[in-house]
Formats: sequence, C-alpha cells, structure tokens
Amino acid sequence: MLHLLWLIPAAPFAGFVVLALAGRRLSPRGVASVGIGSIAVSAVVSLLIGAAFLSAPPAGYAWTQALWTWIDVGRFRPQIAFYLDPLSLVMTVVVTFVSLLIHVYSAEFMAGDEGYGRFFAYMNLFVASMVVLLLADNLLLLYAGWEGVGLCSYLLIGFWYRDPVNGRAARKAFIVTRVGDTAMAVGLFLLFHELGTLQIQPLMQQAAAQWGAGSPYAVAAALLLLGGAVGKSAQLPLQTWLPDAMAGPTPTSALIHAATMVTAGVYLIARTHVLFALAPVAQHTVAVIGLVTLLMAGFSALTQHDIKRVLAYSTISQIGYMFLALGVGAWAAAIFHFMTHAFFKALLFLAAGIVIEALHDEHDMFRMGGLRRELPVAFWAFVIGGSSLAGLPLVTAGFYSKDLIVWSAWSAPGGSPLLWIGAVIGVLLTAMYTFRLIFLVFFGEAHSHVERRPGLRMTVPVLTLIALSVVGGFVDTPPGLGHVTLFTRFVQHALPAVPRAASGAGGLTETSSMLIAAAAFALGLWLAFELFLRRRRSAEALTATTAGRAIHALWASDWGMDWLYDRLFVRPVVWFARVNRRDVVDLPFLGAALLTRGAWAALSRSQTGRVRWYAAAVMTGTILLVAVVLFL
Amino acid sequence: MILLWLVLIPLLGGVAAWTAAQRRPLAARWIALAAIALDFGLALLIWIGHAGRVGLASQGGWLVEFDHAWLPAFGIRFHLALDGLSLLMVLLTCFLGVMAVLASWTEIQDRVGFFHFNLLWILSGILAVFLAVDLFLFYFAWELMLVPMYFLIAIWGHEHRVYAAIKFFLFTQLSGLLMLVAILALYVVHHEVTGVYTFEYGALLHTPMPDGTAMLIMLGFFVAFAVKLPMFPLHTWLPDAHTEAPTAGSVILAGLLLKTGAYGLIRFVIPLFPHAAMSFSPIAMTLGAIGILYGAVLAFGQTDLKRLVAYTSVSHLGFVLLGIFSWNGLALQGAVLTMICHGISTGALFIIAGALQERMHTRAIDRMGGLWATVPRLSGAALFFALASLGLPGLGDFVGEFLVLLGTYQVSIALAAVAVVGILGATFYALRLVQRVFHGPNPHGWSLADLAPRELVMMGLMMASLVWLGLYPRPVIETFAPAMTHLEEVVMPVVPPEGRP
Amino acid sequence: MASVPLTDALLLAGILFVLGMAGLLARRNILLMLVSIEVMLNAAGFAFVAAGARWGQADGQAMFVFILTMAAAEVSVGLAIVLRLYRRYGQLDADLASGMKG
Repeated sequence: MLHLLWLIPAAPFAGFVVLALAGRRLSPRGVASVGIGSIAVSAVVSLLIGAAFLSAPPAGYAWTQALWTWIDVGRFRPQIAFYLDPLSLVMTVVVTFVSLLIHVYSAEFMAGDEGYGRFFAYMNLFVASMVVLLLADNLLLLYAGWEGVGLCSYLLIGFWYRDPVNGRAARKAFIVTRVGDTAMAVGLFLLFHELGTLQIQPLMQQAAAQWGAGSPYAVAAALLLLGGAVGKSAQLPLQTWLPDAMAGPTPTSALIHAATMVTAGVYLIARTHVLFALAPVAQHTVAVIGLVTLLMAGFSALTQHDIKRVLAYSTISQIGYMFLALGVGAWAAAIFHFMTHAFFKALLFLAAGIVIEALHDEHDMFRMGGLRRELPVAFWAFVIGGSSLAGLPLVTAGFYSKDLIVWSAWSAPGGSPLLWIGAVIGVLLTAMYTFRLIFLVFFGEAHSHVERRPGLRMTVPVLTLIALSVVGGFVDTPPGLGHVTLFTRFVQHALPAVPRAASGAGGLTETSSMLIAAAAFALGLWLAFELFLRRRRSAEALTATTAGRAIHALWASDWGMDWLYDRLFVRPVVWFARVNRRDVVDLPFLGAALLTRGAWAALSRSQTGRVRWYAAAVMTGTILLVAVVLFL
Repeated sequence: MILLWLVLIPLLGGVAAWTAAQRRPLAARWIALAAIALDFGLALLIWIGHAGRVGLASQGGWLVEFDHAWLPAFGIRFHLALDGLSLLMVLLTCFLGVMAVLASWTEIQDRVGFFHFNLLWILSGILAVFLAVDLFLFYFAWELMLVPMYFLIAIWGHEHRVYAAIKFFLFTQLSGLLMLVAILALYVVHHEVTGVYTFEYGALLHTPMPDGTAMLIMLGFFVAFAVKLPMFPLHTWLPDAHTEAPTAGSVILAGLLLKTGAYGLIRFVIPLFPHAAMSFSPIAMTLGAIGILYGAVLAFGQTDLKRLVAYTSVSHLGFVLLGIFSWNGLALQGAVLTMICHGISTGALFIIAGALQERMHTRAIDRMGGLWATVPRLSGAALFFALASLGLPGLGDFVGEFLVLLGTYQVSIALAAVAVVGILGATFYALRLVQRVFHGPNPHGWSLADLAPRELVMMGLMMASLVWLGLYPRPVIETFAPAMTHLEEVVMPVVPPEGRP
Repeated sequence: MASVPLTDALLLAGILFVLGMAGLLARRNILLMLVSIEVMLNAAGFAFVAAGARWGQADGQAMFVFILTMAAAEVSVGLAIVLRLYRRYGQLDADLASGMKG
C-alpha cells in the first residue's frame, strides 16, 4: 500500500496538467470532475496509506520512496524521494482531506466564474506542491514544494486579475514570503556546506553528531530556516502579507491562507526539530516570535471591519500559538493544534464564503447583522467553528489543542510563566474577536438582504468540518478529562517526546491552568457581548477618544508595519529603479560617443568649402612653420 | 568530418536561401528551417551516439575532432573539436536557431532572402566558435558572427536600430581586437618558450609565462568575453541591441551570443591562465554579484518590454560569471546549466515580446495590460517563462542558479547572500512583467489573436525542455560533467591553496 | 654691367609674392585668382633666377623653366575647371563652389 505514496502528489499534478492544457475545452462539469477527482484520489490514497501505516508500521516508523535522482553534481545528489513518518503522514492526511472538502465546496462557489478551469488548475497545483513539501525527503525538494505553494498562493490571490488591487496583494504575498525564502536558501547552503547533504534524516543525525548544543552553526542554520518559516507562516516580522491575501477567492483563503500552506513554517520547524534543539537561542526566538505575533494579531483582529481580515488575523494569531508550542519544545502540541486549526479555520472561511456570497460580495461586518435565521448553516458553522477557535471548554477540538499549548507554555522544557501569561491573554483576545465577529454578523438588526443560499455541494463540506471541529480534539485529552494520548503518542514517533508534566514550576497544575484559560475564554466572551452586542455605543465611545482612536488606528493598520516597510524598502528600490531607468553606467560610454561627435562637429566646421579659406590656411600654416623653424 | 558539416550546412543553406528568395520568399524560410533542423539532427546524432561514452572525455580528450591544415606557414590549422560542453552548446544553438527561424516566419517581410542568409551565417559563426580549438580559427569565427548580426539589427531592427547596431558593433569589435592582441601575444610568448609558432589550443594550454604577462594576456581575453557575457559595467550595449533587434536577433543575442562569452571564459580563460584567472576571480565574482542585483533593479524599472527582458539577461549572466569564477565544480556546472536554461527561457520571453509587438505594434508596457482575457494561451506561456526566470523550482533555471549559489557559498558567504537577494529581485521584475502586461484591467481595449499553431509548437517545445531540465537534468549534466570535472580536478587545483579567495 | 644686389631682387620677389597672395585671398573672381597664382609662381621663379645669377649657376634658370611648364599645366587644368564652373554657376565667383563644405 505504501508504494502508492507517489500517487498523492502525482494525481493532483496530473489534474493540473490536464486542466492547464485543456481546461478551456472542458465543460464546467468536466473541469470540476477532473479537479475534484484527482484530489479525491490523493485523499483516498493518503487515508489508505494512513490505515496501512497504523496497522503495520514500517521499521522505525518511517518509510522512504525514492523515485529518481534529481541532480547529480559531485557530492550533491538530491533525489526526488518521499519520506513518510507520523509527522508527514498526519499533515498529508489533513491537507488532502481538507483540500478535498474545499474543492467540493469550490465547485459550487466558483460556478459561473469565467476562470473556472484556471481556478481548479491552480488549486490542484497547490495541493500537489503542498504534498511535495510535506513528503519531501530532502530539503531541496521541500524547498521546491515550498516555492510551489508560494506560487499558487500568488496565482490564487491574484485570481481575479482584472482588479489591480488583487494583483498588488498577490505580488506582496509572493515577495514577502520570498524574502523569508532567501534566508532559508542561505540556510540550505550552510547546511550543505557544513554537513555535506540535504537529505533531512541523515542531515539531522549528522548535525546532532557534529555540532554540540548551542553551536554557532546550529544557531545560524536554525535562524535562517526560521526566516523561511516566519515568511511562509506569516509571523513577525513578515506577517504583513496575509491580511492582504484575503483578496483571493474565499475557498483559496480557506485552503491556502488558513488551513494548509501557512502552517508550512510550523512543519519546517517540526521537521528540523533537531537543529532547533541544538540551538536553544533559536528555539527561544521561535517561542518569543510566536507569543508576540499571537498577541499583536489578536489586537489587530479586534479592530477589523472586513470579515475575512478578522479571520486572517486570527490565523496569524493561531499560528503564533503553534510557534509558541514549537518554541517551548511541545512539538506534538503544535502539530495537534495545526490539525484542529485546519478543521475549524477552514470551516470558518467556508462559512464566511457563504455569508459573503449571500450578501452579494459584502465583506464589511458592520453592514451585516441578524443573519442567524437567514443563513442557519453559516450561523451554526460560525458558532461551532468560532467556539473551537476560541477554545470553548470540553466540547470543541480547539479547546484541547490550545489547552495543551497553554499548559506547555508553562510546563514544557522551554516554558516560562511569562509565556504562559501571554498565552492566556491570547485566549481572552481570541474569544473576544471571535464573538465580536459572530455578534456583528449574526445578531442585531439585519442591514442587508440575503440573495443566495448555499446548495448541497457547499453545505456538505461545511457540515463535515463542523463535525471535525467538534470531535477532532478527542484524540488527545488532558489527564483530568479521560487522558487520551493517541495523537501525541503517534506523532512522537517522529518528534521528541515531551513528558506531559502534571504540574509545572510554581505549583501550577494542568487542571488549574485549564480552569484559568477557561475563565479567560469566558471573560473574552462576556466582553464581546457587552461591547459589541448589548452596549455597542460604549465601544464606539471608546474609539472616539483621542487615545482610543490612535490605538484603533495602530491596531487596524497592523501596527503600522506596512507603512514602515513601504518607506524602508519598497520606495527606495522603486525610486532607484525609476531614476536609473536610463542606466547610469551607460553615461561614460555615451560620453565617449558624445566627445567623438563634438570633435567631429568642430573639425568639420573648418571645412568651409571655400578655396580661398583653404589657401589662407595653407599660407598661415606655412608662415607658422617658417616662423617655428626660424625663431625656435 | 561531421563537425565540418555542422559549420558548413548553415553557410551553404544561407547562400541557398538568399538565392531562392529571388523567386519565392517562402522558399527561403523553408530552406533555412531545413538547414538548421538538419544541423540539429546531426548534433542529436552525436549526442545519442556518445551517450554511453562520455567517459572518454574525462581524460580531457575530445569526443569528435576535425583537423586540417589551413595556413601552415603561420601554424594555423582548421581544427574543430567537440566535448560535452561544446556538444550542449551546439545543441542549444541549433534548437534556438530553429526557434529563431520560426519566430521570423511572419515578422520578417522585407528582404527575406538576405535576412535568412544573415541568420544562418550568424549561427554558423556561433557553431564555429563553440567548435574551434585553433585560436586563429576561433577569432575568425568570433568576427564571422559579428558582421551578419550587425546587419540583422541595422536592417530589420526597430526605431533606433542604427544606433543600437553601431553600439553593438563597436563594443564587440573593440573588445574583440583586444582579444586578437592577446591571442597574438600568447602566440609570440609560446614561440619564445618553445620555438614553435602555433595557434593550437592544446599546445598553448601549458605555456609557461611570468605572472604579469599571464595576467595581461588573460585580461585581453577576459574583456572580450566579459563584454559579450555581458559583465557589469560593460553591459550597456546589450539593452539597446536586444531591444532594437528583430525577434530572431534578440533570441540569438540573448540565447547564444551571450553564451559565447561564458563559453570563452570556461574554454579559454581558465585553462589557459589558471593562475591569473584564479587571482582575478574575487574581482570577477564581485562584478558578477553586482551585475545580478543591478540587472534586476534595472529590469524592474524599465517601461519597454524587450528592454526589461534584456536587463534580466544581465542579471542571469551575473550568475554565470559568479559560478565560473567560484572555482569549484558545483558552481561551474551550475553556471553551464544556467547558460542553457537562460538561453531557452529568455529566448522564449523575447519570442513572446516579439509576438506581442507583431500584434500590437508597441513594446511600451504602459500601453499594455489585461491581455490575459484576450490571449490566454500567450499569457499562460509568458507566465510560465516569467516563472522560470524568477527561478521557480521544477524549472531549469532554478537548478542552475541553485548550484551556482551552493558553489559560491563554499567560497564566499557574503557573495552568496548578495546573489540570493538577486533571486528576490528576479521576483520583482518577473511579477511586474506579468502584472503590467497580462493582468490588471485592459484599459486600451486590446483584442488580439492568440498563439497560432506555429507559435504553440515553439512555446510547447521550449516549455517541455525547461521542465525536463528542471526535473531531470541528469542527462545534460552527465554530458558536460566530464569536461567540467576535468577542469575542476586538473586545471583548477594547479593554483596553490593560499591563493584562494 | 652693374649687377642688381641680391637683396633687392629678393625683396622684389617677396613683394610680388605677397601681392599675388593678397590677390588670391581677396579676389572672388576665379579667373583673377588664377592670375594671382601666376604672379606668385613668377615671384618664386624670379627668386630662383636671381639666386642663380648670384651664385653663377644654371640651376636657377632650370628651375624657372620647370616652373614655367608647371604653370602652363596648372593654367590649362585651371582654365578647364573655370570653364566647368562657369557653365555650372553662370558666374566666376569661387565661393559659390562650396560643395565640399563639412
């Protein structure tokens, strides 16, 4: 069964090739069946492989399928090879399955769009690249998938290409993530130069053997890889692209900019965890970046008007949680949160898509309201998905994964009370912005008329994800609540095991941490209820004060970082390119040419064409010569 | 003998095309196409025939050779030889030659016979450059490709064609004369040491000479090749020539003429003067890295489509220069692969620019926009090649540039870091091109004809070869690897390690 | 026979030459320019003759004969050109023929 591994990326890629070459000639039905069918093949294959893997684990809980040698130059010979272990398996299953749901949803959502075939072609290419990224056996192939998903992200954000705003957002996404990628590329050079291979497993073993803890090489390599990860996962300081990326079609936002691609950075760090373990400085940086990002994005989410931008900031914030978990060494917790986040965030985006389409492309939450009766599916999706996102205790998937992270922030090897406090504040913020969204959109008075209700192909994926957002968390529960450890135990075949401490420093126990987090959730919910439903005036009064307005503006503009980058990097380069359009280096050559021309003009003026002038010149010359001979 | 035919077929074909065009212009196109396709077939035959025997070349020998006395009194021989490197360059020449003929099929309507005569003679000159191992013959071929190119730009070019043609001619001619002086100096020095007058590459290889002399002669060669390459700051002829040339001219300039510079560096500068080239390499690498960034920024600022593409060549060839002078096998092989892939991807971009100009009669990016809706196939192809140009993994350019960077890192971390930023710069210009030309609104209401079958075939072939080079470049790497390994293992280590940068 | 001092003869030759030169530069009529050239040639010839007489050698006279023949050749070519110019421009103004202007 495992031998079919290659089919998981190959099927979507084949779908892409078919759609790219013949997409215009196929009927919409044909396009959808090729697009969805190929993803279905990889989803089914990955589920089957997962089952086979669980029932009969290969030796060492890892299996490699080498297809061919990609490049062969001296000692540099990366292969096109896929590596399957619990980590990549979990990610692959989640990615292909969520992709399948979103593809089904898109078949209806995008119906009637002139770029129907193009959309599915890009989406298929995305799934293929993402799976290559996850299954890659070496860092170069991973980098190929990494760039591939970046490309698809670019293509899909700018999918409605007629509007230059979309093109701008698309280019911003590609370029900002590529800034991180350049750091990552240098990281690859460093790893190859020092360790002589890019194949991940040998590389990790060699790093552990060759470098001691805290070795400068390990720190440099880990930080450079982290550069790539923060770019792709929209973490500080490269998070600015993700909110703008919401310009793409909503299924794209659900699949790429929420559920799958943006978590690639988390995957990269988990995949190279040995390096980060060797470089405590880098790992601590990961935790700090995660914490700061989750708080900053949380505040920004509170001030957005666009429903998709709220979700975008919440994505940034939730990936911040994953980074926090990675940074403190709670590897399994990060992957667990990735999985539950993929379910509920995809759900939220798909539901947002229903709302947006129902209101004829309306994105502003302040122009929505009272939709809970008109759009019950979307309403329940938001309630359940939002609860999961905010961590409603006991019954939602998000609660279990986030609780594990919050607790790890204190108790894990790299944890500290300070990180824990930040994580708890994050819980409060999450509850607040999530329910702000729900209250604004679904409660209060209706401002607009519902024009379209979702059909079966949009409802079924939403319902499936609703179910997953509830039950997805039961695979791993805290000691006080059943103590299921299926997920952690499985993933820890690939990641270092972290003992789940019952109590951390300072006597805090997991149960009390859980209770405090639950209290934070309740407080956030209550604040949202007070400020955005019951007494909306008071929220408005708060933002009307001078300080309130300034803070609001700061948060709404993503802490002014776009502005800063624009001044620091974009404008100087654009200015130089524009000023130097004629190429200053050409000037010396042009100068030589002009000098020649000038000399030609001057000399040709002496040729008057008059005989007497020449005669006079001859005379003068003769007299001068004679004078020179005589007197000198 | 087969090598002689490789050079002769385009020469004869050119004459035949010119003659035939007196009666029917179409005949000239077919004759040119047939001649260059025949050459391509011959080159493929050589490749296939030697697929299993590349090991031969690892001893530094040639795969195929043709040697005939020419002017024995001066030690000049008509000596052609071919190893893996030149074989690939020959293949690339013929491939792009076919593309160039096809690209001119409808564009050129004026003096069709003379056009194809010039085209084929340039190709013949380029082939001879890649094959010649007699330095006099090499210089002869070097000049042979120059003159018809001048005519190509000056007669069939665009608005400022005469300016561009003269600029091109002066730059290459002046630097070529420097090379001639260097060749003659080498000839004399060799005679002083051995008492034999010869232009033979193999004999001149190990000419002992003082370091100062070697450096001077090396610089003579280097400048000629650096102008062709083009190296910053000697690149300024390139944007003008590329922009003003007809499509076929741009394809050949970008795809092939630039490669003769890189080929010269690999074939002559490094083996003939390993010490001098070694000590010069920090400067060359720095200029290469500057070229990468500078070319990218300038490409970003251009408003003329062809000019934009032209500056991307400056950037990409910076990688080649960097790779060649990084002085290790990884970077060197990456440089060769970059040469091949750049030839195809940039050639294709020029064909697209030409196709647009043929339809729109403008190259101004400001006059374009939103073309995706009206020419989806052409736009898709353009997107593909723009992505190749920005180094998307899975396409050929990525493999080459990654190898160059990987190799550069072994030598200089700083330069590798700078060059990586160049890849970021490539993202800037490639996306700007796609955005401004194909995406966005269509304010001028263009409605154009999409790719014709002939153009589809061209684009399809070039895309397929880039994907192939990106996913499975091993056959190509294995072909040039022996020659490069020889260079790496025999020539480069001559230099004492303390001389390394 | 009292011989004329060489300085006087040379002075005369010089004056003649300068007169011819001034005529050449000042005149626009091409025919008169030719006449001026004749004057200059003869001034040079006179200087030769005077010098030959001073040194008592025949070289000076030989030179003069040479100059005479040359002047004849020059005049014949010159007059031919003058005729062509006259046909072309209908005047004898030398400045009209400035087609070689740079």
